[in-house]
Amino acid sequence: MNIIVVGLSHKTASVEIREKVAFSPNSIEQPLKALLALEGIVEGVIVSTCNRVEIYATTRDIAGGVGRLRRFLADWHHLPYDTIEPHLYSYHGEAAIRHVFRVASSLDSMVVGEPQILGQIKTSYGYAAEYGSSGIILNRFLHKAFSVAKRVRTETRIASSAVSVSFAAVELARKIFDSLSDKTVLLIGAGEMCELAARHFLTNGAKGVLVTNRTYEKAQRLAEEFEGQALPFEELFDHLHKADIILTSTGAPHFIVTPKDLKEVIQRRRMKPMFFIDIAVPRDIDPAVNELDSIYLYDMDDLQQVVAANLENRMQEAEKAEAIIAEEIVQFAKWIATLEVTPTIVALRRRLDDLRRAELARTLVAWKDAPPDVEKRLDALTTALINKILHQPTIVLKRTGQGNRTDLYLDALRALFDLELGVDEADSPLELEEPPTTP
Amino acid sequence: MTDISFYLTLALYGVTTLLYLACLLRSTPCLSGLARKLLVAGFLAHCLAVIHRAIAAGHLPITNMHESLSFFALSIVAAYLYFEFRFKVTSLGSFVLPLVLVLMIGSSVFPGELRPLNPALKSAWIYSHTLLAFGAYAFFTIAGGVAGMYLLQSHFLKKKQLGTLFQKLPSLDTLDEIGYRCLTFGFPMLTVAIITGAIWAAQAWGSYWSWDPKETWSLITWFVFAALLHGRLTTGWRGRRAAWLTVAGFLIMLFTFIGVNLLIPGLHSYN
Repeated sequence: MNIIVVGLSHKTASVEIREKVAFSPNSIEQPLKALLALEGIVEGVIVSTCNRVEIYATTRDIAGGVGRLRRFLADWHHLPYDTIEPHLYSYHGEAAIRHVFRVASSLDSMVVGEPQILGQIKTSYGYAAEYGSSGIILNRFLHKAFSVAKRVRTETRIASSAVSVSFAAVELARKIFDSLSDKTVLLIGAGEMCELAARHFLTNGAKGVLVTNRTYEKAQRLAEEFEGQALPFEELFDHLHKADIILTSTGAPHFIVTPKDLKEVIQRRRMKPMFFIDIAVPRDIDPAVNELDSIYLYDMDDLQQVVAANLENRMQEAEKAEAIIAEEIVQFAKWIATLEVTPTIVALRRRLDDLRRAELARTLVAWKDAPPDVEKRLDALTTALINKILHQPTIVLKRTGQGNRTDLYLDALRALFDLELGVDEADSPLELEEPPTTP
Repeated sequence: MTDISFYLTLALYGVTTLLYLACLLRSTPCLSGLARKLLVAGFLAHCLAVIHRAIAAGHLPITNMHESLSFFALSIVAAYLYFEFRFKVTSLGSFVLPLVLVLMIGSSVFPGELRPLNPALKSAWIYSHTLLAFGAYAFFTIAGGVAGMYLLQSHFLKKKQLGTLFQKLPSLDTLDEIGYRCLTFGFPMLTVAIITGAIWAAQAWGSYWSWDPKETWSLITWFVFAALLHGRLTTGWRGRRAAWLTVAGFLIMLFTFIGVNLLIPGLHSYN
């Protein structure tokens, strides 16, 4: 049995293509059913996120299965095959296992280490489990992918540092203020970056938002959006002391806050630290304020340097993650290899024959006055018996088209008769992790 | 028995110090958990050693340099354990434990033979006066450690050097909070220690205050921390300059405690 992967992602296709082949989670049942109806496809899982659309399946016929999946992606969405063909990638065997492990561990993501993808795959798998399109192999395969992703997350620091400017600002704030829960954010000016950063501070627990703008109406509109309070720009220095975190992005051509302005503010704050984040270009805050005791100033360049350093760090951690994945692939490939019909029948026959011979030898040793031809007769009898016992299972296993069931039987036989597997893992039953709840 | 537990303590503190320093480089929950357990073990062994010695001597074991340094180390560890459990700041240990280890090694260098107590010191005041002084010293030591960490962390933030050490150190607010707490615990203890000392001096030596070097230097220490606490309570004084003064206060306190005994002869030096 082989695992195959067919799909496209942000690395191979633009968003225009990706949105055309995306599957809606609300109507995933039909495509999953259609997938299993394809010739030679035994199990299937469809993963569809904004950055990738992928089908994981098992088949005995790699070339045929891959071809049919590629066509399926076009046909299902009523697209001419040529429009998506150049963007598709397909993998089988170990390459397919590696691909899925890498995707789940967020090594293939646009922002390496971002945490959403694992949850998205879990949800996709949840649908497949619910509609019965995943079976013994994909069940174990995806559970394995989840545990690999968890290992990568805990054993490397791939997701430990902020890789966006606004997250970097939040992390820095946590090194100044222990908790953000009683902290007030002040927005001076408006701008996408500024609003995004403010939103990050709020979702990370900041208490409230003050907004000021040269145009008071703009400040009011923004304040409403954040459920904060708008301040007239002229009163900025009357209220500055209330703010712990100050985000600025005005279009002012000169500094709007200088060290001189802060003398009184610092006193009114009883010297509690202030964190200025200056996103404006040209800058709004005089860099000299960073020299004041208890005032910490970061501008756009500083934050981008933090992000660049973190990204580099992630790349190094990604190498460690690749090593973990390589290790896990070897283990999983061993288990897949045990799910083959002929070697399983051979192993089963050998196991029974070994038992037969051992029992025969014991009987003959104990039977002192046995008639001369008894050995030959017993040998024939027991051999025939084993052949009869094995006849029906062999037929069932070899009957093609059993698909999913065949793998189940093979796995059961290996376990029940303790057939040599060489993998510890195959002895343990499937981890019965609860499938993720589908929204 | 006293010796065994003393050297066991020394060994445990040695290993613990290494573990805490390792935590700075690469901390895992497992490593810091182990460090904490070993520190508690070391603390218990240390208590045992001090109690044994107290029983053997028949008085608090703080009458010579060997005993005082060890008792000082014990007080610091006790205060540190409080803050570690209260604030979960493993990195503080990386700064405090090396000092504890140095104090213990210092203690082991000084002769440890038991001597009869100076008759002038035989008084119930020895408990309130010295225990309070040691408590104050322990809290000021922690305050000095956090102030150092504050300066380091603030330097990293200002200069945008956000390396491994920056990641391991707690936030400025946490350090500030611990430092302030140390002041509010330590300062009243030192105040009462000085007052009880004066009363005891009046009984033992016939004068409340005799400008003995120890007395003079404790008064200087008291003024430094009084200034810090006053600034904090009136204008909310904190930040880097306050941290520098805390470090200075700690160094003066260290001189009051160790330097005065070793360098300047006076009523308080018993060696």
